[in-house]
Amino acid sequence: MTLTAGCDVGSLTTKAVIMDDKAVKSSALIKSKSNPEASARQAMAEAMEKAGVTESELSNVIGTGYGREKIPFVTDVKSEISCHARGAKWLLPSIKTIIDIGGQDCKIIRIDDQGEVVRFVTNDKCASGTGRFLEVMAKALYMDISELGDLNRKSNSPVTLTSTCTVWAQADIVKFIHSGIPVEDIGAGINLAMAKRVSTLVNSVQPEKEVCMTGGVAKNRGVTSLMEKLLGFRLKPIRRADPQLVGAIGAALFGRNR
Amino acid sequence: MIVAGCDVGSLTAKVVILEEEKILGSSVIRGGIKPDQSAEDALEIAVESAGIRRDRIDYAVGTGYGKDLIGFVAETESEIVCHAKGAKWNLPEVKMLVDIGGQDAKVIRLDEEGEVARYIYNDKCASGTGRFLEVMAEALEIPLDQMGEIGEQSTETIRISNQCVIFAESEVISLVNEGRKTTDIVKALHVAMANRVASLARSIGLDDIVAMSGGVAKNRGVFDALSEGLALPLHHLDKVDPQLNGALGAALIAAGKSGLSIR
Repeated sequence: MTLTAGCDVGSLTTKAVIMDDKAVKSSALIKSKSNPEASARQAMAEAMEKAGVTESELSNVIGTGYGREKIPFVTDVKSEISCHARGAKWLLPSIKTIIDIGGQDCKIIRIDDQGEVVRFVTNDKCASGTGRFLEVMAKALYMDISELGDLNRKSNSPVTLTSTCTVWAQADIVKFIHSGIPVEDIGAGINLAMAKRVSTLVNSVQPEKEVCMTGGVAKNRGVTSLMEKLLGFRLKPIRRADPQLVGAIGAALFGRNR
Repeated sequence: MIVAGCDVGSLTAKVVILEEEKILGSSVIRGGIKPDQSAEDALEIAVESAGIRRDRIDYAVGTGYGKDLIGFVAETESEIVCHAKGAKWNLPEVKMLVDIGGQDAKVIRLDEEGEVARYIYNDKCASGTGRFLEVMAEALEIPLDQMGEIGEQSTETIRISNQCVIFAESEVISLVNEGRKTTDIVKALHVAMANRVASLARSIGLDDIVAMSGGVAKNRGVFDALSEGLALPLHHLDKVDPQLNGALGAALIAAGKSGLSIR
């Protein structure tokens, strides 16, 4: 039995996964600290403790994510694009397009039947359409980001955000709150703005089915259901693991057979 | 003949009162939520500074984001036209104007007659607008109006890699945590801001005599960095507060039309 680990140090969260030959044994998800090495160490320690394994039992540790070059204890590093592709293919063998929304970026990845990356687009220049947008908006609404997803079901008339820019949208939210608009209508409008922005990026790569979503925003039902409407097809749900762990799972898979 | 121009922007309201092209009075106030009230307040202060009674004003023109809500103006004109007019009056040889307001940035090219030849406008993205500096001043806990002087004391060059206000704000916080000096960070922000505006200007083609207006023109750091970014000496519109340029242009348009109202 070979044990491998994947560690995905993102801008907002750090994820660690421990896998054996067959399955994910344990995982950890923590808020990233200012020091990527400290984030990686803590996430790994938590995952190892849950799995009841020690570092010496791991044959390979693969790092990925924005902070991957700053993790000293890894065997190798892999790009986020290849880790997301590998992780998603393993979780959903029929997958062709992966929409990954991270804390500070949004990536659309197209893979072939073998799981090789054919093309991808990334937005990491503008906060709009990234997890950061939702984070800023949730804060303006005085709620946790995890509460945003449910607001669509409660809203009958979502607000329209006039601007794509996160800064201007934030100012819009404050105006909406002051004019007494119900919080569910504001939240639903936020999810809609997010879904529109991401869908535009998805359409720019001519998505091929099946399509799945990874990253924390995949857990926001408001955004995912609106994206299905805007894109005109269903998104394949990832049931075997937390969608936020896909990059780390892909990294752990790269650790096999080395 | 006494005329007034009123420019109601997203953050401030400005009024200029002219008598035969001489500035009698003016005002710049921080706008509230109601543009009509901000315009009234700005007019009241300008009238007072001019030492005249309000009913002495023969004609008034409004401009800016809130122009349609100003109660006392006889007509409205676009900001682009007003800014071009104000700049031409200030600096007759002007060919190009960069105006950076609180929530937008405009670059206008003028022909020989001072008419608008081309222009470009950014109000979609907060980067390259006054809001960028406002957010950064808050993050650094320094007064916005002192950023110019603070940046001048910089000794080391830093590069801000993000254009997005949200991402640049995180970058600034990381720089602070790394122990970088505020003076150096501020200088880097001025350069980042200037580069963004310079690329907007370049997209409509540069001309040689460039002036800057809007509140951000008062920030020496951005002014100098923009001059460097464009590789052209930038001109000040120094006959009047650069923030008043749009209101001045509106007042000049009012002066040109005021004959109509008396008859």
